[in-house]
Amino acid sequence: MPTIITVNGERRSLDADPETPLLWVLRDELELTGTKFGCGIAQCGACTVHVKGEPQRSCQITLKDAAGLEITTIEGLSGKVAEAVRKAWASLDVVQCGYCQSGQVMAAVALLQAKPKPTDADIDTAFDGNICRCNTYTRIRAGVHAGSKMLGG
Amino acid sequence: MSNSDLTRIFAISTPGDGAAVETSSATSRRTFIKISGAGLVLGLMPLPEVAGLGGAAEAAATSLAPNPFLVIAPDDTVTVIIKHLDKGQGAATGLASLAAEELDADWSQIRTVFAPADATKYKNLEFGVQGVGGSNGLSNSYSQYREAGATARAMLVSAAASAWKVPAAEITVKAGKLAHSSGKSASFGEMAQAAAIVAVPKSVKLKDAKDFVFIGKSFPRVDSVAKSNGTAKYTIDQQMDGMLVAVIARPPKFGATVKSVDASATEKIAGVVRVITIPQGVAVLAKSTWPAIKGREALKIVWDESKAETRGTAEIFAEYRAALDKPGLPVRAEGDAAAAMAKAAKVVSVDFEFPYLAHATMEPMNAVVRFNGTKAEIWTGSQLQTVDQGVAAAILGIKPENVSLTTLWAGGSFGRRAVPDAHFVAEACMIAKAYGQPVPIKTIWTREDDIKGGYYRPAYLHRIKAGLDAAGKIIAWRHVIVGQSIIAGTPFEAMAVKDGIDLSSVEGANNLPYAIPNFKLELTTTKIGVPVLWWRSVGSTHTAHATEHMIDILAREAGRDPLMFRMDLLAKHPRHAEALKLAAFKAGWDAPLPAGRFRGMALHESFKSYVAQVAEISLKDGGGFKVERVVCAVDCGIAVNPDVVVAQMEGGIGYGLGAAMKGAITLKGGAVEQSNFDDYEVLRMSEMPRIEVHIVPSTAPPQASGSPVHRRSCRPSPTRFWPRRAFERLRCR
Repeated sequence: MPTIITVNGERRSLDADPETPLLWVLRDELELTGTKFGCGIAQCGACTVHVKGEPQRSCQITLKDAAGLEITTIEGLSGKVAEAVRKAWASLDVVQCGYCQSGQVMAAVALLQAKPKPTDADIDTAFDGNICRCNTYTRIRAGVHAGSKMLGG
Repeated sequence: MSNSDLTRIFAISTPGDGAAVETSSATSRRTFIKISGAGLVLGLMPLPEVAGLGGAAEAAATSLAPNPFLVIAPDDTVTVIIKHLDKGQGAATGLASLAAEELDADWSQIRTVFAPADATKYKNLEFGVQGVGGSNGLSNSYSQYREAGATARAMLVSAAASAWKVPAAEITVKAGKLAHSSGKSASFGEMAQAAAIVAVPKSVKLKDAKDFVFIGKSFPRVDSVAKSNGTAKYTIDQQMDGMLVAVIARPPKFGATVKSVDASATEKIAGVVRVITIPQGVAVLAKSTWPAIKGREALKIVWDESKAETRGTAEIFAEYRAALDKPGLPVRAEGDAAAAMAKAAKVVSVDFEFPYLAHATMEPMNAVVRFNGTKAEIWTGSQLQTVDQGVAAAILGIKPENVSLTTLWAGGSFGRRAVPDAHFVAEACMIAKAYGQPVPIKTIWTREDDIKGGYYRPAYLHRIKAGLDAAGKIIAWRHVIVGQSIIAGTPFEAMAVKDGIDLSSVEGANNLPYAIPNFKLELTTTKIGVPVLWWRSVGSTHTAHATEHMIDILAREAGRDPLMFRMDLLAKHPRHAEALKLAAFKAGWDAPLPAGRFRGMALHESFKSYVAQVAEISLKDGGGFKVERVVCAVDCGIAVNPDVVVAQMEGGIGYGLGAAMKGAITLKGGAVEQSNFDDYEVLRMSEMPRIEVHIVPSTAPPQASGSPVHRRSCRPSPTRFWPRRAFERLRCR
């Protein structure tokens, strides 16, 4: 029986094994490859998506569990906060290899939606689960603060 | 001592615009002209072979492509063809800016695509193969890409002069626009078709440094937007019709081989297509990634471990310690270290252990191969394109020219994707050959494959014994290094192994800048069955740490300030001294620190760049410490894009710090004990120090001073200002 999930506002019907992690459903079945594989065990945050606006690791959600959830990926991210974060990321040239940055942007948007004026400690907490091997952490931090400022924070 | 005192004492030069020295290497010019000779005018260039310029056949009739490095299209875009992998270091931005500089293009019209594998056009001018390493991506291309831009500019000007019937010398070019005082003007796109039939000039004049618009200025990266909205394509993102995904069950110990396989449970999993045994292990091919991973878990494999490496970390270091007492191969000797040591007032001997380290790139290794029996197509984040191409051709039994290799954005490398044995492309080719059907097969490594898969920074053991005279001056230095060679047995051996000395094992120790009259450095190279590889800054990852740590110990023993202790020994090394002074000045060296804060410094030369850092730490409740702030000064010659240099230094500091504080691959009975980011820990946001980077103004050309997109492993060296427990923690890393 197909599983129905909602991704970026669209209902999708999928025949994959219901135990398949959402990460691989997004990437292989829906070809939404902006969500990245980094570890498969919720240690790195590269696969971060939003479930009802909350950042979640898509490698830890099975297709079965995703049924009925509203999922947003980097491709579907929109709105004022997302625009501010992207603008901040571009103006500060946050990225290096860029592979983790979908997850970083998802984390940044979720944080600013929940806390428009995050402190450095808030940023530490929100981002400690998102590894960047290029160590762009200083610019991610600056990017979050810049995004906050753009949003009037 | 205040900052103003420091300024006076050291006569710190005022940072200003780095004036550049004009360079034009004779070798690169010859190469370039030869290349341009093959594609003199538009239409003769085989444009469609460049990925991303598909359908360029019709565009070819109206575009200007005077050389293999750029194409100017009627839509006014300038596409710069990037010969090196961009794994985050900014190669695409850097090379594009060199062409844009001489072309006088507007940055908004610049696009980039990666070049196909083709050593005749795109080789690294320092290696002879297409590839990048040792941070030489920008330096070897510095003249080449500028000349490419200057050539196109000259042709555009020539075309405009003919069209407008005015002397070429009266035409100005600025921000992508050609203009004449008569009021005539044109965009590059409008003039491209006419320029395409102009003869390619035999020589071009490059700009004076004072006229630079891009070089030396900070301008935006070309990849920021695509990498923050999920659209940048990496190898793992390749999705093609009929594509299969393969994962390989690899031996639990290095050197073990497959004895027997029971794939019956695997073959029952929906989506699994085939199980294939190759020399590297057992590959499971499936219609998508998840069934491939599940299928691998269901395999029952018996391994033949008769030729496997079975030593663990404890045994390896025990052997290394025994080797310290035997004579090694002489690397550098001055004076008589033994005699001077015997006369020293104080002798200090310290051993430094360095573990194996995984690169742990965010995107694990992978490659897509489609092979139809006569031709192969490969997509991968290749750092040594024509090495990968050659190995693929040999495995598939076809000529290299029948292997097309497309380079994609790579999710990090730190050296990991520059593999002399091309192993991750090789295994993907073996799978494609064995499968025997012309469908694309994406072979991917999981994180466990990556952490357990070898190709590590080698483990090393150092012993440094030094003697101080009664005045606290270093009179003797004996340094012994024990560890595996990265380069022996690879095609790079002739270039980097001299008289049995792998230069990458001793770099940073053999060029120690300090004036020490009696100096001896020895190397013992070991043979261990653990595959090893260069890891960001290579030999300096361990030599910088050992030597700088030792200098600090000696300063402490001598009762000297670590800054002045170093400065006294650097009279013949002004670039080192300048970097050190700048870091000390900017950090406010000797300014009082708040309670609980401590300060230390380090200085090192790597790949002809000079870096000094001052680190501040705080003690954590319950043990350990945090690096709070790092002030870094770097002299990398001309910084083509200073903001990219700053980014590379920030990243290098974090990468090195993570390894120094947390990283270690250990083996037990030959099996790697770590498997993922939960037990191979890396630096995270809350552990990242505040970083300030200062670039030493320089007029030295980048090819003489390492790449301006330079990076380095940072190991802030503890000093007498650091508490002992921080000191001890770092000694065994």
